[in-house]
Amino acid sequence: MNIVTFTRSTPDTAAKVEVDGSGAVTWGGAATVVNPWDEYSLEEAIVQAKNIGGKATVIAIGPEMHNEALKHSIAMGLDAAIRIEGVDPIDSLQWAAAAAAAVNKIGDVKLVIFGKESVDVGTDQHIYQTARKLGWTMLSYVSKILELDAAAGTIKVEKMLEGGKQIISAKLPVVISVMKGINEPRYPSFIGIRKAGKAEIPVWTAAELGVAVSSGVQLIGYENLPVREVKTEMIDGATPQEKAEKLVEKLLEAKVL
Amino acid sequence: MSRVVAFIEVFDGVVNNSSWEALGEGATIARAWGVPLTALVLGKNAASMAQEAAHYGADHVVVCDDAALDVYRLEPYAALISDLVKQHQPKLVIAVGSSIGRELLATVAADTDSPLVSEAVEVQVDGERLIVTRPAYAGKVMSKVALGGAGTVMLLIRPRAFPAPSKDTSRALNVEKVSAPNVESVQVEDFQVESSKVNLSDAAIIVSGGRGMANNPATPPSGVADPAVWKAQEGFKNVLQPLADVLGGAVGASRAAVDAGYISYDHQVGQTGKTVNPDLYIAAGISGAIQHQAGMRNSKVIVAINKDADAPIFKMARYGIVGDIYEVIPALTEVLKKRLGK
Repeated sequence: MNIVTFTRSTPDTAAKVEVDGSGAVTWGGAATVVNPWDEYSLEEAIVQAKNIGGKATVIAIGPEMHNEALKHSIAMGLDAAIRIEGVDPIDSLQWAAAAAAAVNKIGDVKLVIFGKESVDVGTDQHIYQTARKLGWTMLSYVSKILELDAAAGTIKVEKMLEGGKQIISAKLPVVISVMKGINEPRYPSFIGIRKAGKAEIPVWTAAELGVAVSSGVQLIGYENLPVREVKTEMIDGATPQEKAEKLVEKLLEAKVL
Repeated sequence: MSRVVAFIEVFDGVVNNSSWEALGEGATIARAWGVPLTALVLGKNAASMAQEAAHYGADHVVVCDDAALDVYRLEPYAALISDLVKQHQPKLVIAVGSSIGRELLATVAADTDSPLVSEAVEVQVDGERLIVTRPAYAGKVMSKVALGGAGTVMLLIRPRAFPAPSKDTSRALNVEKVSAPNVESVQVEDFQVESSKVNLSDAAIIVSGGRGMANNPATPPSGVADPAVWKAQEGFKNVLQPLADVLGGAVGASRAAVDAGYISYDHQVGQTGKTVNPDLYIAAGISGAIQHQAGMRNSKVIVAINKDADAPIFKMARYGIVGDIYEVIPALTEVLKKRLGK
């Protein structure tokens, strides 16, 4: 039984991201990192594959810049990496179809693990749609894998909901999305980094996976955030009480309260 | 029949109030297209919420209050909505992008091959298409996309980004009942309701604490493993929470505070936490790193309280107080108690 996880390269979380004169999104000279939510899914894939004695493969869908995230994944300890080209990132249905086709092509996969969302596209919809295109059960916002039994073909998880926690069991195969806090992601090891440096990453194309474009969504363009026009008013006073009184007065005047 | 369908989310018998925002925006789009608006209410107590949906502007209400839907599970909910979409072929299905709304609409969109756009903060009707503004790159830039096609399209709106519609109690209820499908792939073994439920995305007022929470002057009991962590935890519980309580708000935190173990992750605001847009955001002892700003910059009014007059958070704030949060916050709580009559 094998495990698949997905990742992508996104700008460093501390980078200033902007739209330049030509309308392209740039982040200066800042490096890319693994999509922050994927650190947890990569770690979980490594741990669970080891537990069940299977192989963990990581896939990135997108152009060559995503090799960075794949190499980081190998350095962390993923067994294999694949990149898929020719998918419009804004078309989540096409993305999901490509992801599902790749999982089927790898073979004997019973568990697909995603990080909670992708920060660049700012959505998680492709995750649920991948589960649907595979025809598998979706378990979202998983905060703990309580049990993964490859022999019995079952999984039991704790999942977060807005009102509390559900304990859910399901039959494999399943797609799960994991939350921050499910584990402590490891740092790449020295040996891992050397392995990643030498790794050749195979490229599959959407066309050879037999994926069509759905095109109901078109990107018009990116825009910088509207400038936050704030005039900061510093509130002074001899004592904390006086400052508090003045602040409350201002908030009531401005009808914030 | 051509129509707009708004999904009204009910969890454990309680409606998610941001669903009315989806109904309101659905009504705006339906009017522009000259088509009727249908509300879809599923789950426990759904029948009793149908009347409210009509008052908020729904022309029809489709209700399923089958006991099989009492406990929320993706499969039966998605199967029912997918069936309804295939049957009625609405022009648009709209819902609020809560954790339930997100997985549910994405699943239905996959089942029905309908294009979906999430996290909408602004929508313009452009003939048959919708031009949607939504954040990208963790909210550091915005993107504009066109959503349209021959069939059904789907839209998830960000909570609190659109106004809730006003109620008109004279509106008549036009209800249609449907039954739940029998599909099941998971078994819910247990559900634990969290007593201290944090719902930051719906909160109108948020009081957040950062690294500065560790400067609590309170003395930790002897034998505490990490005094700084104890101080910060005590500060969140006994200093920040009372301020949130008097304001009727929720408690948030910076990533630094969460990573240091001062408070649990469900309170985190920022790039790897929740994106929030309250009317009032009070940042206490938060320096305002770019990752934190990405999660709270859409707050209407920001108040910053920090010892360090050079903290970047002051540049975003409408009001700033330079001072010790452990002096200013309790004073603020006392003043508010008096002024708000609590």
